[in-house]
Amino acid sequence: MWRYTLRRLIQGVITVWFIATATFAAMHMVPGDPLGSERATTESIRQSLEARYGLDQPVFPDQYLIFLGNMARGDFGISFTQQNRSVNDIILEAFPVSAQLGVLAVLFAALGGVLLGALTALNRNRLPDVIIMFLVILGISIPSFVFAALGQLAVVRLNDWSGQSLLPVAGWGTFQHMLLPALVLGLGTMAFLTRLMRSSMLEVVNTDYVRTARAKGVPPLRVFWRHQLRNAVLPVITVLGPAIAAITTGGFVVELVFAIPGLGRTFVEAVQQLDYTLIMGTTVFYGAFLVLMVILVDLLYGWVDPRVRLGS
Amino acid sequence: MPAVRLGLSLLTVSLVLSLLSPVADGRLRDAVHAESRTLTLVLEQDPPQLDSTRSTDAVSIRVLGHVKEGLTRYDERNQLTGGVAERWEVREDGATFWLREDARWSDGEPVTAHDFVYAWRRVQDPATTSEYAFIMYGIENAEAVNTGERPPSELGVRAASDHVLEVSFERPIPFFARLTAFAVFLPVREDFAAPRGDRYASSAADMLYNGPFVISRWSRGARLTLDRNPHYWEGDAIWLNRIDFGYITADTRAELNLFRDGKVAMANLDSETMHNALQQRWRIHRFDDGVLFYVGFNHRPDRLTRNRNLRRAFDLTFDPHEFVNRIIATPGNRPGVSLFPAWMQGAEGRLREEVPPRPSEVDLERARHYLELAREELGLERFPPIVLLTGDSPTANKQAEYLQSMWGQTLGLDIRVDVQIFRQRLAKMTAGDYDLVLAGWGPDYNDPLTFGDLFASWNLNNRGRYASDELDHWVRRAQDELDPHQRVQAFGEIQRIVHDDVVIIPTYERARLYVMHPRLRGVVRRQISPDPDFNRAWIE
Repeated sequence: MWRYTLRRLIQGVITVWFIATATFAAMHMVPGDPLGSERATTESIRQSLEARYGLDQPVFPDQYLIFLGNMARGDFGISFTQQNRSVNDIILEAFPVSAQLGVLAVLFAALGGVLLGALTALNRNRLPDVIIMFLVILGISIPSFVFAALGQLAVVRLNDWSGQSLLPVAGWGTFQHMLLPALVLGLGTMAFLTRLMRSSMLEVVNTDYVRTARAKGVPPLRVFWRHQLRNAVLPVITVLGPAIAAITTGGFVVELVFAIPGLGRTFVEAVQQLDYTLIMGTTVFYGAFLVLMVILVDLLYGWVDPRVRLGS
Repeated sequence: MPAVRLGLSLLTVSLVLSLLSPVADGRLRDAVHAESRTLTLVLEQDPPQLDSTRSTDAVSIRVLGHVKEGLTRYDERNQLTGGVAERWEVREDGATFWLREDARWSDGEPVTAHDFVYAWRRVQDPATTSEYAFIMYGIENAEAVNTGERPPSELGVRAASDHVLEVSFERPIPFFARLTAFAVFLPVREDFAAPRGDRYASSAADMLYNGPFVISRWSRGARLTLDRNPHYWEGDAIWLNRIDFGYITADTRAELNLFRDGKVAMANLDSETMHNALQQRWRIHRFDDGVLFYVGFNHRPDRLTRNRNLRRAFDLTFDPHEFVNRIIATPGNRPGVSLFPAWMQGAEGRLREEVPPRPSEVDLERARHYLELAREELGLERFPPIVLLTGDSPTANKQAEYLQSMWGQTLGLDIRVDVQIFRQRLAKMTAGDYDLVLAGWGPDYNDPLTFGDLFASWNLNNRGRYASDELDHWVRRAQDELDPHQRVQAFGEIQRIVHDDVVIIPTYERARLYVMHPRLRGVVRRQISPDPDFNRAWIE
């Protein structure tokens, strides 16, 4: 088990290095000038700015090696756009926000997905199944910014109608602020998990051990919890890791619409502004986070399903 | 699995409870709250740079305009008035500012002439890498200090006493008093800023204030709260206790939803959200935001657009009225007819009334004639494709598509639209990798020269590299002349040359549309930042 963990960790580090290198190369190949601003700068200011960010040296190998060295020490430098802040500070402040939102969204997605999926499977081809699966298709095909805008409008209407602030329209700070964005953010994943859970549940429903349990006279609810759900949920756990990473990192539009100071928004703005240091910082951070999630899920999987552990 | 069931029910209970409990930010802290004298607003981005010696963007300068005060400022009627300076005198060779003795920093210390000397030296110090340093060129040795030829201590500004600031000029700057209202001229106190180094102005605690408000809370990316500055010298004139930028987002739809929900007192409108605002039958306000948009030409020697007859052909087919009314189609924009926007002040009244521009004309016959002349002069069989560089906003795209089809139809030219994000468009403009470009220019200070010197051969912002001795001559006249009427004549000549030589084709002067809480009064909109200005606003 320890050897397995160690091997996965080493693989992870190599993956992160690869992500960093590929991003570094892509970023420098994109045309455009990270120091360009609407007001033209004099040559001397330009040179001092370049020296400040180390852009006066050749991209390869100098800038690349400096970047790798700094990255190994966990230092991503000073942001180009937020000129007196270090990238580390920005990530440290923005990530917890995205993470809180992400955890709640994953909670919505996992609980909703598992329950709805089980419900559809048990009511196969009956009305609840048809309705839920129709909604699932909507959930998968409609992008989150549409839900975000619609959700926000719905809250405006709701507050208008009730004459009270039942839910905040946007902003950040209290638990209420998180509810709607988390729901919107988790909706796509919830729909996806519902479908996964449904097919996995359908397989389990007709297995021999379920039939045996029923024949033994086990109460239906206990059959559902112990024999069906527990076995059907395994594929859901597999995709949960990447889903957590996708949700915590994919919140750009939702964060923008709901005025949430998260990392997803920081990341996309960095790309739009060609903020070299912030692009590298956020990409490497997200990459490492994603890799870590995948490793964790693999380990968790071994814990839930002993066959995997024994097999390796 | 009882644990799961317990967890589920706990979650459900907490969700239901949270929905029932009154929201912490409830109606008590609404968009405008008269009892607590609080105003809540949206900020479109976290201010990127609040170190006034290095700020370049509108959001930072807007925030600075509420928490700091320079020698001069613009009042509610957009007239220049004293800030920290009580009175001043601008001469041909320099200027003197007498500072009021009751101006205080937020820690109670007096604002002195030394704070300005330190700030201005800091701006010119090459180590600061201030992108607006050039705006001080004209002060003695400014350029030399900025390029590192002389030490910052040799900058032509000194404190004759704690409350008298002496500035010496290399060349006359007739509008210098107006210039000092600009952000880079704001004071910075050395004993506070110097020890903090790069940390200065990176958080609310790492800043010192001398304006009507102070930053009391700044959660990066989430919220910026300004509270009344008890040490501000004219505290009696300030009504508001708090300006709360409670939401930071650039999403105009979210802004409008917040406004509709009564959470923010003002919302900017774009072409999409304008329709929602109209449906709600809200009163829509408009104002000229000061920016002139134009089609720029690449005047570099290897480019077809260097040919004047070709440029005239483009000009004679372009109808700014049709462009504004049918293509941009949001209300309020003015057709572009001159390098100088309509709001610009001249000697006494509006500049454009003192030196009226030539009306734009559309004449297909002559346009085709000039096009034919251009073709012969350039020795071409037929015209190769011409590249029109543009930004990636929906408005810019719409405009580029219109020009592409219009010039295709009227002149038979093959226009290739090159859509680029902001920084790449700038990079291509600077490198000269285009023929035509959709560009814009906003004012830095309240003098026609902020537009007038744009196409001087030495101006780095003249990215099309237009060069004309005649234009340069009149720009120098406008720079050096002290007599306001003579200057207006010089601007008139610049306006004429830009039109006759078709340096650019002005397309439109932008208007901003917004909705505002009906009880909110005293908000000042202006073309020169800080805009909007809430310093002296009140709630009815």
